[in-house]
Amino acid sequence: MAENNRAVLKLREKFAASIIDVVEFRGEVTVTVAKDVIIDVLSFLKQSLQYNLLTDLTAVDYLGKKEERFMMVYQLYSIPNKDRLRIKTPVTEGDCRIPTATQVWKTANWLEREVYDLFGITFDNHPDLRRILMTDDWVGHPLRKDYPLQGPDREPYKGRLS
Amino acid sequence: MATTETMTLNMGPQHPSTHGVLRLVLELDGEVVVKVTPHIGFLHRGVEKLSEHRTYHQILPLTDRLDYLAPMSNNLGYILAVEKLMAVEVPERAETIRIIMAELTRLESHLVWIACHALDIGAMTVFIYAFRERETVMELYELVSGARMTSNFFRVGGLSQDVPDEFVKKAGDFIDSMPGYLDQYEGLLTTNPIWLKRTVGNGVISAEDAIDIGLTGPALRGSGVDWDLRRDNPYSGYEKYQFKVPVGENCDTFDRYKVRLIEMREACKIVRQGLDRLKPGPVLADCPQVCYPPKENVYNSIEGLIHHFKIASEGFAAPEGEVYHGVEAPKGELGFYIVSDGGNKPERLRIRPPSFVNLQAIEQMSVGSMIADLVAVIGTLDIVLGEIDR
Repeated sequence: MAENNRAVLKLREKFAASIIDVVEFRGEVTVTVAKDVIIDVLSFLKQSLQYNLLTDLTAVDYLGKKEERFMMVYQLYSIPNKDRLRIKTPVTEGDCRIPTATQVWKTANWLEREVYDLFGITFDNHPDLRRILMTDDWVGHPLRKDYPLQGPDREPYKGRLS
Repeated sequence: MATTETMTLNMGPQHPSTHGVLRLVLELDGEVVVKVTPHIGFLHRGVEKLSEHRTYHQILPLTDRLDYLAPMSNNLGYILAVEKLMAVEVPERAETIRIIMAELTRLESHLVWIACHALDIGAMTVFIYAFRERETVMELYELVSGARMTSNFFRVGGLSQDVPDEFVKKAGDFIDSMPGYLDQYEGLLTTNPIWLKRTVGNGVISAEDAIDIGLTGPALRGSGVDWDLRRDNPYSGYEKYQFKVPVGENCDTFDRYKVRLIEMREACKIVRQGLDRLKPGPVLADCPQVCYPPKENVYNSIEGLIHHFKIASEGFAAPEGEVYHGVEAPKGELGFYIVSDGGNKPERLRIRPPSFVNLQAIEQMSVGSMIADLVAVIGTLDIVLGEIDR
């Protein structure tokens, strides 16, 4: 169970006040923490619990579904222990920024650039925060839910005809 | 007193050795690379955005357009994530065929890699030889799925159809002759002085740096990290197969070359074990809420036709939750992260492409070397732009 997970036990000890939620679904453990401790949590997991590989870093847009619009998602993997852990942290639309994880893992560099490009979340102290997939002069952030599927200035998507 | 200054040179996106539409802005001191700035996104098709507007079955054909040199691995990664979300059990025959196809895909992807990598460094013959064998894999793809590249063969819960009878013999013949072909490539390259000069000591990255920058797959194993998802977090029944995981020592291009060649030999062994294991049985799970009905039902009964229509048009509703599933694709860890809000379309589908993360290492691996060695680094990273740009 999620409560017996080695990382959850340690996180409960060290960051008790900042843990928002712990969920287990299909054998995968997800820990949601407050934004202000996210870098401390990630460094702690890397240094003390051997989660040495940042597999993935992305965001989810919950426009109109949750109070905090965005959720940052970090997928960690421990090569010595062969297990995974998912860390999430909410980011509000009003304060759409989060500290960068590049000093914890170099991997985060491009992954954060992609989130910045497609979701418009700013990463504080990122060494090279530029758009990565879209062109430099692109307006808008395509993976936001309020960005039309067909692109700007086009007829809205009416669904498949079938 | 004479002064020197660096020169900025643009390489790509139309350049034969950048393996697609990769653009690199190089800062050069003479012929020595001082800085590399990759520019990507020329092939961005918005697959993740499109996926939010399609049912789970309708996303499948998008996935084999990511890494178009390894379509079956992409299909496998995606359907395993969906099956995890839906908790669908897959029949044994389907699992076995999936592994056979995934390993043939690994062979195909590595064949294209060795062909292009050798061509970039100037060995033309290997290119011709490797594409000859790749053609056989393409024919096997065509035999089972009708398509040579965008196979779209797997389905949530199993396969779109069973493999034809002649497949076992044709795949077996190919696998039996493959080690001989690999000996041919090795004869042309492994002790070739030009090849050794170009690859030994090129693109060195230590194990620690490789993990820090997120390398996965053969690129990471070439740096001596003994980690393979097929063995360490087995999926789709890989735990029943015997195979070795090759690991490099010197962290250079030559070691990554050796690792991939051994992987190809191991892939042959896995396919052989899979073919021997193949027993008659169903290839689609009996889970009508999620899976398509068998084709003979669709053509011969009104219930089957309605069932097919319902699954094809409306799809199925997934439980609320989120899953991540990573598979060992030929190029590294390919992950699919699905967030479901309970509807028939994903709230968010995130693809974790191995090439995207691996390409980040290019600067670290090539600064201080010659431009020609940078070309070797691009080859050894084995990138595919369809997957990087999505």
